[in-house]
Amino acid sequence: MIRVVLPAHLRTLVRVGGEVELDVTGQVTQRSVLDALEARYPALAGTIRDHDGGARRAFIRFFACEQDLSHQPPDTPLPEAVASGAEPYLIVGAMAGG
Amino acid sequence: MSGVRVLVGTRKGAFVLSSDGKRERWDVSGPHFAGWEVYHVKGSPAAPDRLYASQCSGWSGQVIQRSDDGGVTWEPAGNQFAYDGVPGTHQWYDGTPHPWEFARVWHLEPSLEDPDTVYAGVEDAGLFRSTDGGQSWQELPALRGHKSGPSWQPGAGGMCLHTIILDPATPGRMFAAISAAGAFRSDDAGQTWRPINHGLQSQGIPDPDAEVGHCVHRLAMHPSRPSVLYMQKHWDVMRSDDAGESWHEVSGNLPTDFGFPIDVHAHEPDTIYVVPITSDAEHFPPEGKLRVYRSRTGGDEWEALTSGLPQEHCYVNVLRDAMAVDTLDSCGVYFGTTGGQVYASADAGDSWAPIVRDLPAVLSVEAQTLP
Repeated sequence: MIRVVLPAHLRTLVRVGGEVELDVTGQVTQRSVLDALEARYPALAGTIRDHDGGARRAFIRFFACEQDLSHQPPDTPLPEAVASGAEPYLIVGAMAGG
Repeated sequence: MSGVRVLVGTRKGAFVLSSDGKRERWDVSGPHFAGWEVYHVKGSPAAPDRLYASQCSGWSGQVIQRSDDGGVTWEPAGNQFAYDGVPGTHQWYDGTPHPWEFARVWHLEPSLEDPDTVYAGVEDAGLFRSTDGGQSWQELPALRGHKSGPSWQPGAGGMCLHTIILDPATPGRMFAAISAAGAFRSDDAGQTWRPINHGLQSQGIPDPDAEVGHCVHRLAMHPSRPSVLYMQKHWDVMRSDDAGESWHEVSGNLPTDFGFPIDVHAHEPDTIYVVPITSDAEHFPPEGKLRVYRSRTGGDEWEALTSGLPQEHCYVNVLRDAMAVDTLDSCGVYFGTTGGQVYASADAGDSWAPIVRDLPAVLSVEAQTLP
């Protein structure tokens, strides 16, 4: 079970109050987690990564285990603590004003 | 009893303001989509409880929301706006070619007949259509593909297609306006387009009467007389009596002819409204007095409407999509400001009162008249 924390504006969009819990089959990577997240909540498609090619949107960041994973390749395995559910995978709206 | 629903898009969410036909007491619902910019909310003329909303943010891009109960509940619809084919380039602010990039939906225009068909005007300027209630969107590429497209440049607010008008009398005829390319007309439901800017004079471009390149801020039409169009240009209020084939200036005695919105009285096709703004550098009313100007002669002769509006220390703006009218017997007129006020007049502009005073900056206002 993977724990995902969405930024506030996306929690509002899909009407979730706290963490999202996902079952991910196979290797736990940023791509597989985001695929599972968008399958659960189709309205998130295009709001975290582009529809075409899946590139991360510029003002969205990915953190876990006190590391910035935003620039890691999407198929790199996530830390074991995330894969085991001990630590959440954080999707963050960058501090960019507004 | 008849009623009115006013749909308000703001920098930080959408609001639905409701009243009975007297328009004296208002129920305020919102914010919907709190924290998100809502550029536009509009209802279907064919099914008034079907609403569409354009919701966006710098973090997470575009979302389209749909309601089937007049804005009580909403569901996200499709948000993929892919330009047809290889998008090509337009001019950037510095004159260099810049790839067409989707930024946001500025304006949603539901079909006059089919609640599931809706048009979207987007930045960078393009026209999209959905025929499945907003679930999927296809570009009508002929507008962006017009031979002048590579020369279009953005206005200060971005290169936005902000106005879509569907002609109720001539099948297939529609109008669109783009900042800063100008006005365009299609007579075949968007399959082909041509610029309709003859008569416009813009001193801020190299060729003041060029075929394209004009910063048209807004178009308006009365449905009973669709060959007459009104335009608020960057500077100048204009009128066309031949569906855009030619334009002439009707700024007349306005204190300034710069502004953003323009709208037409619901029952008097020659009664029009604008909100003069000091200048392109000073986006606030002249002398700090918020005045709507009304012409009952289709332009040229204007009167200031001030009753109930602040007449000192007022430095708000009224954006291009932030004025609307209802169709009750005494026409209601509504507008929202960048200061968060939404003003209403139940007597065609003679007197005004705020419905709300402290919303986030208002981006758009639409009015629905309900049975």
